[in-house]
Amino acid sequence: MKNYRNFCIIAHIDHGKSTLADRLLESTKTVSSRDLQEQTLDNMDLERERGITIKSHAIQMDFEHGKDKYVFNLIDTPGHVDFSYEVSRSIAACEGALLLVDATQGIQAQTISNLYLAMDHDLEIIPIINKVDMDGAMIEEVADQIIDLIGVNREDIIEASGKTGVGVDLIFDAIINRIPCPKGDPEEPLQALIFDSMFNSYRGVIAYFRIFNGKIKKGDKIKFVNTGNEYFADEVGILRMDMEPRATVGAGDVGYLITGIKESQMIKVGDTITIKENPCEQAIDGFEDVKPMVFAGLYPIDSDDFEDLRESLGKLQLNDASLTYEPETSLALGFGFRCGFLGMLHLEIVQERLDREFDMAVITTVPQVSYDCFTTRKEHIVIHTPSDLPDPSMIERIEEPYIKAQIISKPEFTGGIMSLCIDKRGFLTNQVYLSETRVELSFEIPLAEIVFDFYDKLKSISKGYASFDYHIIGMRPGKLVKLDILLNGEKVDALSAMIHRDKAESFGRKMCKKLRELINRQQFVIAIQAAIGSKIVARETISAFRKDVTAKCYGGDISRKRKLLEKQKKGKKRMRQVGNVEVPQQAFLAVLKLDD
Amino acid sequence: MAGIYIHIPFCKQACHYCNFFFSTSLKLKNDLISALILEIELQKNFLSGEMVETIYFGGGTPSLLSEKDLDEIFNQIQKHFTISSDPEITLEANPDDLNADNISILKNSPVNRLSIGIQSFHEADLKYMNRAHNAIEASDCIEKVQSAGFENLNIDLIYGTPGLSDELWLENLNKFHENKITHLSAYALTVEESTALDHFIKTGKSQALNDEQARSQMILLMDFMRHSGYEHYEVSNFALPGKRSRHNSSYWKGAAYLGLGPAAHSHQSNFRQWNIANNAKYIQSIKTGKVPMEREILSEIQQYNEFLMVSLRTVWGIDLKIIEERFGKEKLEDLLLNSIPFQNSGKMIQNQGVLKLNPTGMLEADRITAELFLD
Ligand SMILES: Nc1nc2c(ncn2[C@@H]2O[C@H](COP(=O)(O)OP(=O)(O)OP(=O)(O)O)[C@@H](O)[C@H]2O)c(=O)[nH]1
Ligand code: SF4
Ligand SMILES: [Mg+2]
Repeated sequence: MKNYRNFCIIAHIDHGKSTLADRLLESTKTVSSRDLQEQTLDNMDLERERGITIKSHAIQMDFEHGKDKYVFNLIDTPGHVDFSYEVSRSIAACEGALLLVDATQGIQAQTISNLYLAMDHDLEIIPIINKVDMDGAMIEEVADQIIDLIGVNREDIIEASGKTGVGVDLIFDAIINRIPCPKGDPEEPLQALIFDSMFNSYRGVIAYFRIFNGKIKKGDKIKFVNTGNEYFADEVGILRMDMEPRATVGAGDVGYLITGIKESQMIKVGDTITIKENPCEQAIDGFEDVKPMVFAGLYPIDSDDFEDLRESLGKLQLNDASLTYEPETSLALGFGFRCGFLGMLHLEIVQERLDREFDMAVITTVPQVSYDCFTTRKEHIVIHTPSDLPDPSMIERIEEPYIKAQIISKPEFTGGIMSLCIDKRGFLTNQVYLSETRVELSFEIPLAEIVFDFYDKLKSISKGYASFDYHIIGMRPGKLVKLDILLNGEKVDALSAMIHRDKAESFGRKMCKKLRELINRQQFVIAIQAAIGSKIVARETISAFRKDVTAKCYGGDISRKRKLLEKQKKGKKRMRQVGNVEVPQQAFLAVLKLDD
Repeated sequence: MAGIYIHIPFCKQACHYCNFFFSTSLKLKNDLISALILEIELQKNFLSGEMVETIYFGGGTPSLLSEKDLDEIFNQIQKHFTISSDPEITLEANPDDLNADNISILKNSPVNRLSIGIQSFHEADLKYMNRAHNAIEASDCIEKVQSAGFENLNIDLIYGTPGLSDELWLENLNKFHENKITHLSAYALTVEESTALDHFIKTGKSQALNDEQARSQMILLMDFMRHSGYEHYEVSNFALPGKRSRHNSSYWKGAAYLGLGPAAHSHQSNFRQWNIANNAKYIQSIKTGKVPMEREILSEIQQYNEFLMVSLRTVWGIDLKIIEERFGKEKLEDLLLNSIPFQNSGKMIQNQGVLKLNPTGMLEADRITAELFLD
């Protein structure tokens, strides 16, 4: 065990974690040069298309150092805020962390928040200035920032490049010499933490674990401490580029377990695995349940698919422990699920993964945060969807979640950032110059104002320089109202939104305009209205569609025309009938694109 | 029964709405005709000896062909294909090419049907479309070809252009009728992607098209033609009895056809293929003995969808017996079930083993077809 090293790579988004991982995999020959691509570990289609990491990814490497042989378990983590839960679970399986800082960007908001996550778990931090090959690299400036932040010595900071491979040897030395080997006793009863899982349609549920004490053997009768469920270990092994079965996996190591369980709810990330006959006394502290930031209803496009959607969500949840869901009903859409997400990117990714991995096209209702409503009868109702809201006459007050936002940027953008935050109902609480060229602004802002387009706006105001991190600081009263959308006089609950009174009218107008663009003409006139209570605040009309141009069709047109009509037909399948109006899938997310 | 289509990819100037494949430079014309002659030989087995009933010269502008070009093409076709004793041989012509010389060349050739790209008899309309001819040429050419003995005659007209009031549209139709022309192809102006018109509308230089106008002018058209004794036998085509286009009808009946020349499409029961849409590359490849084409094999569903799509455009409609024989009883039952809403709204009718669109259904043929497609 003294030759094991378990560590993760953490950083702000895009600071080069996955690219540096490529170099480590390459140097240790874990991946053949034929199989190596850019960001090899980003193996989901969605990750490759978007160029970001979404899932943490564990992989084992062998490393020879002189005559010593080492085993490294590396976990590459995502940098985007919405996936910080992935980072915190990876940290629980490690003794050390490589903290990357982009030499051209310096310390950014998620550098700090991920660093604190790692320090909370007493991980050994190895600071690395990455991308030193780039023209704009400010190595000494960034080194000073790191020294200020963690109080290390200059010589403990490694300069590296995931592109050229510079510094990789120093990183290996640091991993061996600075990260402690795992503690734990192979002779004690088995105690292994499940830090991630996934569903495979052939093998069933696959659990990824880190063993703290004891060992697990193929064929063992195992028990999950928290749920009490018992199974046989059909297969255990370690995680290389593929899963590699082993007879035993021992203390200090990271591996996987297959029991043949097909039901997703039988296993829980954060649970402890032990042996039935010789159980450990205590469960390992699992993970705090994550608090979703945004809620939205997910409904199957075809209402017959409700049960399939439930199953798909369950399987997806295995691989995305931050997703929450519970059944709800909508007048407009029928049966669906109210889901909780860590942010809008998370929501978008879940929707995409359902579609791609489970062939489950869904309609998503207007996303919102969670509100507390206090009634005149002194009841307290948690509002996850606008239809939970009681009649306005019954409402005494509504409270909304506030966050503390930390924005790191260049001083020249301070003005623009301030007006953005004020426009978002925020107020400045602190302003600190971290250096002459870097300023940290702290704001208190309603969470509802930042979930939609705040980050994009911040990026454009600061030409990409500002980074941003936030945490919830509590609930505060606000002048909130429910804005309804009516199609031909019929309220569409799935399009209702909670919104601040002062912004409701302009929001209603934009919403109607956007829906007008997104809903196709139909055989009859469609009136789109926005209303607060019984008061109509905006209206648009879609005139009836009269002629779809039935164009000519000769020998050379047939193929193209067939494809066009097939596409038209497919488009129709992504529609939901609301009353007598056909509403396309995107219309329900219109609220996100109001400014396009 | 089979047809041959020959694409002549040259035009004097580009009409603003047009997305056909053509070049306005005539530099490669001679090389292209030589290549075409070679392609005829290379493709001689495509129709596996089937009798050729119809030949169609389309474009582009086939009326740019010289007497020699025509001679060579016909000789080569005759040499390599079996032509029926009573073929329909159509050539598309533009009014500005139809001078006395050209007409007599055509008359002395095997061409026995002309299709003239009139589009409108109104000057402003022609300007808007950037046609190469003017209103006088439009009217004059009709009398000229008729007196030369071209009795089997089609003209193309376009409606829905911004300057075209209902009155002006009726004037165009009356002019057509007065001339006792046997066949009319009438098209609603459509904005195809990447055309000049598309660009003008997007940049605000032209006003957007009005689909209310297009619809009401199509209704005017259908009424006018019915009263004038023409049969509305396909969404955009009208004919006096016995004067339907045999060549185009074969497209809507799913017959086999061979397309020659750049961008030309060919069809056999279970595949379609099309030549490259580039004159220089076409010529180059043919020279090396290879037809530059792409082929698409049609799955059963695709064949079904195509059959539905083309049949629904016509008066003869979908032959339900063919659906059952080619695609099975289950598909037939589904089709009938899915057509019920359209039958109820009077847009479709099912009668004597045929399912077809009523005139009101014709207005929305594309939408209804899409809804009946299988996936
Ligand atoms: N020049 C240079 N570019 C780099 C280096 N490392 C990464 N990049 C580039 O930076 C971008 C982001 O790299 P990734 O490795 O995907 O970053 P990441 O930290 O894994 O990103 P997330 O997982 O989404 O947080 C890519 O375009 C890389 O090619 C480096 O050392 N030098
Ligand atoms: S003459 Fe015909 S093919 Fe040529 S540009 Fe005009 S419409 Fe198109
Ligand atoms: Mg990454």
